[in-house]
Amino acid sequence: MFGYYLDLALRSLRRNKALTALMVLAIALGIGACMTTLTVLHVLSGDPLPGKSAQLYYPQLDPRDMDGYQPGEDPPVQVTWTDGMNLLRAGRADRQALMTGGAVPLQPAQSSIEPFFENARYTSADFFPMFEVPILYGRPWTAADDEAHARVALISRKLNDKLFQGRDSTGETLRMNDVAFRIVGVLDSWRMTPHFYDLNNGSYAEDEGVYLPLTTAYELKLGRNGSTDCWGKGSDPDHMDTAPCVWLQYWVQLDTPAKAAAYKQFLIHYSQEQKALGRFQRPPNVRLPDVMGWLDYNKVVPGDVRLQAWLALGFLLVCLVNTVGLMLAKFLRRSAELGVRRALGASRREVFMQLLVESGVIGLTGGIAGLLLSLVGLWLVRKQPSDYAALAHLDLPMLLATFLLAVGASLLAGLLPAWRACQVTPALQLKSN
Amino acid sequence: MQIRPILAALRRHRVAAFLIGMEIALACAILCNALFLISARIDTMQVSSGVDEDRLVVVSLDGVDDNAAADLAARLRSGLAGIAGVQSVAVTNAVPFGQQAGEAGFRLRADDPHYDNQGHFYVGGPALPSTLGLQLAEGRWFTPDEFGPISEFLPRSPSIMLDSEYARTLWPGESPLGKTVYAIDKAFRVVGTYRSLLRPNPNPGHTHNTLLLAGIPGKGLASVYVLRTAPGKADQVLQAARALVARVAPAVVVNQDYTDTISGLRRSYFAADRAMAGMLVGVIAALLLVTALGIVGLASFWVQQRRKQIGVRRALGATRGDILRYFQTENFLIVSFGIALGMVLAFGLNLVLMSRYELPRLPLFYLPAGALLLWVLGQLAVLAPALRAAAVPPVVATRSV
Repeated sequence: MFGYYLDLALRSLRRNKALTALMVLAIALGIGACMTTLTVLHVLSGDPLPGKSAQLYYPQLDPRDMDGYQPGEDPPVQVTWTDGMNLLRAGRADRQALMTGGAVPLQPAQSSIEPFFENARYTSADFFPMFEVPILYGRPWTAADDEAHARVALISRKLNDKLFQGRDSTGETLRMNDVAFRIVGVLDSWRMTPHFYDLNNGSYAEDEGVYLPLTTAYELKLGRNGSTDCWGKGSDPDHMDTAPCVWLQYWVQLDTPAKAAAYKQFLIHYSQEQKALGRFQRPPNVRLPDVMGWLDYNKVVPGDVRLQAWLALGFLLVCLVNTVGLMLAKFLRRSAELGVRRALGASRREVFMQLLVESGVIGLTGGIAGLLLSLVGLWLVRKQPSDYAALAHLDLPMLLATFLLAVGASLLAGLLPAWRACQVTPALQLKSN
Repeated sequence: MQIRPILAALRRHRVAAFLIGMEIALACAILCNALFLISARIDTMQVSSGVDEDRLVVVSLDGVDDNAAADLAARLRSGLAGIAGVQSVAVTNAVPFGQQAGEAGFRLRADDPHYDNQGHFYVGGPALPSTLGLQLAEGRWFTPDEFGPISEFLPRSPSIMLDSEYARTLWPGESPLGKTVYAIDKAFRVVGTYRSLLRPNPNPGHTHNTLLLAGIPGKGLASVYVLRTAPGKADQVLQAARALVARVAPAVVVNQDYTDTISGLRRSYFAADRAMAGMLVGVIAALLLVTALGIVGLASFWVQQRRKQIGVRRALGATRGDILRYFQTENFLIVSFGIALGMVLAFGLNLVLMSRYELPRLPLFYLPAGALLLWVLGQLAVLAPALRAAAVPPVVATRSV
């Protein structure tokens, strides 16, 4: 029967081409707009490390003085050098890394490449296993290298391609800021979306080209990128290790919720201890969000993107109401034809199915056209001047969602018209003709 | 024109008429709010920087070595001043639409436990006010002995100046001159106010909350240079300045994103807002298109369906104009119903947007504006089907279907 309904549907759609085209166009525009914005939203609000992100936490402490204290205030979004180092050395978590962003002048050995600045991450050894950074050649540096302020570096695959044409460069020397570093490893392609571990330089910033031990970078006073928040006296940019300033990100890996709860207790004890020592003045104010909690707290997804998605949904709704109206008019006009079918023995259910097949065909065609439109839409988004522009690509789940949405929406739009149309009384329709 | 027969006919097409009405209502709600969002974006983009944007060229540098900064700043200033078309050169920590450099909380009373005020602290060398073309509003400019070296982010200088509008909000009804600003651990006395200087990253709530401090170029103040150029020379100067930096200071890197004329920086700064406004215009256009096509589709359908009745009316003496007006009035009634509902929806939508996106309340005049637009759209869309209806000859009445 499905084949017969399909045939009937196609005949009916062909009979009134302009109206069919109108309905398909409305669905296509609605779906196209919706899928474009939803894809962007989906990409931007995605989990950067699926399966792992729930075990990664971002401890927050409140080391500030009583100046401007208001109870219930949020603690600062970064940590001081002193606290970061204390927590790192305490080693209470399964893994932990202290870090900040920076930029280093790179002086390639090859004379063919001009010196240039490369974004860098100054961090500690656990960074690589904790964030599951894929390593192409070599290995990460060790905690001993951190302690020894070793002149070692890992570089990104992109930088390795640029400087060493993609060959295994471990053991080579890289001059940065007039200091020779030994390359111990090369990362495989890696980009965290969002750039969750440091949101200071753009939530969707690209990952860095150079990775150096934080201790080494601090000793060499390499240039930092990021935000610094200071209070009280002594915020001297030359002595950031003792300055009352938060400027570092500290991440920990805690494998079970029990460990996370224990770590939070540890942070509270730490705060109390620091207060007893006179370093902290405020009552303990501790937070321990996981990755998704941290992204939420920072409202990483741009408001504009959400607004666009809502607008597109509203637009789709208008398109659907439009389609419902047109389909209703169309189906009711065919009351006579449907009356004949009913009189010849088709049940209401069968007539209903026939009409639903017709609206399904419209939905599917609109869905395909909408998919093409959303590809155009995403291409337009990629032309936009935002740091997430390059990420706007359709993936398989969104592709399937597009079709589900299109067919679902048009079936929904067909329900009311089809139901109204199959209410016709056959005798009345036959008589009136 | 009699409305009652039209209403009677519409009652027979209750659901379809209601659906088109709903479509108009939704379109009205989205239209009013989208128009409002666009105008808000345009307002944001039109903020005045207070400086001569086309003639000011900004050169931003990365990787300036603190120890060599004083020497570098001196060499760059004299080098940049020597470029043909450059009228003056100044060192600063930031410029409007450039990178934010000195955002800090400050207080107006030394014993205030809270930093209630927050502003952007511009730190500039001696030539900054004249290069930017700032005008003195009250008091005086800095004297040469007031310029101090940078320490802990701000210069060791006794004096400060503020944007005159901003000063009025800080000390309402009082002269700001002689007042004290406490920032970080320093105290600065207000010696004057200027008109007017935008903060580097203006947003609708904060535009001119700027303060100006006197700094000696050198460590911590050697990365951003502003050049006032002769009219029409900005592009040449920009190219020459890039080449000069490469020659004079090969160790530093020109930050391409923030090296441009201020009007160029403004364009980049508002690129996302422009894109958003463009997207909103696109949504409005698509919305109007779909709504218009929906009206055309349904009206055409009704015209086809009623051919016989139209023929009968024509045969009974109705003129073409009567038929035309019938469909126009019918459309007017449906659209009016939609608009009435749409205005309520528009306000509801605005309330949601206000709570979620910190938008102001929708000004009332958007409602009649949106309504007018939809009425015109409805009449235009129904015109073609109505004309086709008016063209139905009376003889149709005598034919059987």
